[in-house]
Amino acid sequence: MESNKRGWTTQWAGIAVLALFALLPLVKTSDYQLTVANNVLLWAVFAMSFNMLFGVTGMLSFGQALYFGFGAYSVGLFAYYQGTWWFLPALFLGMAGSGILALLIGPLVLRLTGVYFTMLTLAFAQLGWGIVVKWYDFTNGDDGIQGIMPPAALSNKVVYYYFCLVLVSVSVWFLWRISRSPFGLMLRCIRQNPSRVRFLGRRVKRNQLRIYVISAVFTALAGGLMAGVDNSVHTGMWYWTTSGEVILMSILGGMGQFFGPFVGAAIMILIEDMVGARTEFWSMVIGIVMLTMVILLPKGVVGELVQLKERLFKRSSALGV
Amino acid sequence: MEPVLVVDGIEKSFGGLKVTDKVSFSMFPGDLTAIIGPNGAGKTTLFNILTGHLAPDAGSIRFEGKEIAGARTQDIVTMGMGRAFQITSIFPEETVLDNVRVACLSKLREATVFIRPISAHKRATDRAYQILESLGLEKFSDRRAFELSHGDQKLLDIGIALALEPKLLLLDEPTSGMSPEERLLTRELIKKLWSLFNLTLLFIEHDMDMVFGIALKVLVLQQGALLVEGTPEEIRSNPEVITAYLGEEL
Repeated sequence: MESNKRGWTTQWAGIAVLALFALLPLVKTSDYQLTVANNVLLWAVFAMSFNMLFGVTGMLSFGQALYFGFGAYSVGLFAYYQGTWWFLPALFLGMAGSGILALLIGPLVLRLTGVYFTMLTLAFAQLGWGIVVKWYDFTNGDDGIQGIMPPAALSNKVVYYYFCLVLVSVSVWFLWRISRSPFGLMLRCIRQNPSRVRFLGRRVKRNQLRIYVISAVFTALAGGLMAGVDNSVHTGMWYWTTSGEVILMSILGGMGQFFGPFVGAAIMILIEDMVGARTEFWSMVIGIVMLTMVILLPKGVVGELVQLKERLFKRSSALGV
Repeated sequence: MEPVLVVDGIEKSFGGLKVTDKVSFSMFPGDLTAIIGPNGAGKTTLFNILTGHLAPDAGSIRFEGKEIAGARTQDIVTMGMGRAFQITSIFPEETVLDNVRVACLSKLREATVFIRPISAHKRATDRAYQILESLGLEKFSDRRAFELSHGDQKLLDIGIALALEPKLLLLDEPTSGMSPEERLLTRELIKKLWSLFNLTLLFIEHDMDMVFGIALKVLVLQQGALLVEGTPEEIRSNPEVITAYLGEEL
């Protein structure tokens, strides 16, 4: 009846990609490769929940590291002080805590718009980073926390990988449903024309706060699961470069596309991994890739592909093919 | 009959400039009223005050019996005031259907539901198609809104306002920027929508054919104040109005 076709394509592409990730451990992958794949999955969730703010609602938060670090350290600190048994409860406590934190900080940062909003989110995240670095007695400061083990049932690398894959799939599914729902439409409308949204009788800031909280919860999930991948947490997870990384991933993959940030995360992690193994100047390669993308393919990898497909399709239909 | 809107002595100044000067009028259900006046007469400002975009310095506005002067836009809209804009205000990257559907969802209080896909919201979808049909835009329903012509975008803007089923609909220059043919069509269309949806309509317009062609009542603003109010015939022969328009033949 209506333009559901594109929706279906995206949905099947997503299912296919996640199925591919599910097959990875079966085709004889080393522990290291599995860790890289897990990194891609978790960063993808982080980047996608960030993009719900940025690409969908038009809120450029430069402080998502706050919730990533919060999720990671919830797991890290509980496992460190209370033992491995606390790994899973801490994961969910971290998500809940992150949501509450976002509910408290959200109304403050949402008072401002545009670049002022961005700066304020950065300020709050740096505040969190400062606390974690300085509070040595509790957080181990710059030393971080090592030896964080998932509970016995998940201690096998492959099992933990599948555990992450399931939670990642559920998260992606949930965010996908949001973006196809009336709420998702409302968020896109807020990005394009917030003053008209008020003339629909809807509150712009309240809806922005809703997605800010949802984004924080899934960001904390990614952070918490990451603690189990690296078996450690470190203060860098709270640092502004971590916030910056998901911005780059979203732009690289295409902020206007649901799976753009997923693809962006995969590309960034693979570049880091493959180029990083050969030279310490891998960040230069990322710089060059970003530069090329922004100048030549501003819609990002997925965005440009979709446009290419639309153009080809339109031309062939115009020719009556 | 109870009035829908009672405006009583509202005033607004920007610095030393009085842009709205003791304006009073009423709107009754089924009214089809035009506001005319030279540029800078305060027509759009009046709309901005009515819809809560600006707070008046003095005076009262009673909408459906409730005081709304200084209330928030979203609350006034929820009470049933709709508005379309002089400078087209739509959601350019969404489809034409979704532009109207988001308003239908909003009216049905389903706009912030998540998990259930938009297409599963049948009532809002049917209603959106119905409104697009009444505007003659249904053939574009799958297009992105920015692909529409200027005139069709203006109609879509009206469609978004209509979808909220307003008890009072404000149209700010519905034909501005349109070609003469489009104007003629829009004039007929607005008259049709007015009777089809039983609207109470207040519109600002510069196109005199439209004003005298369809309005049942005309308000003339000049320098922020209400100069006269009356039927189109009374306005046409009013010497003050003729002077205000510098002897232009109306």
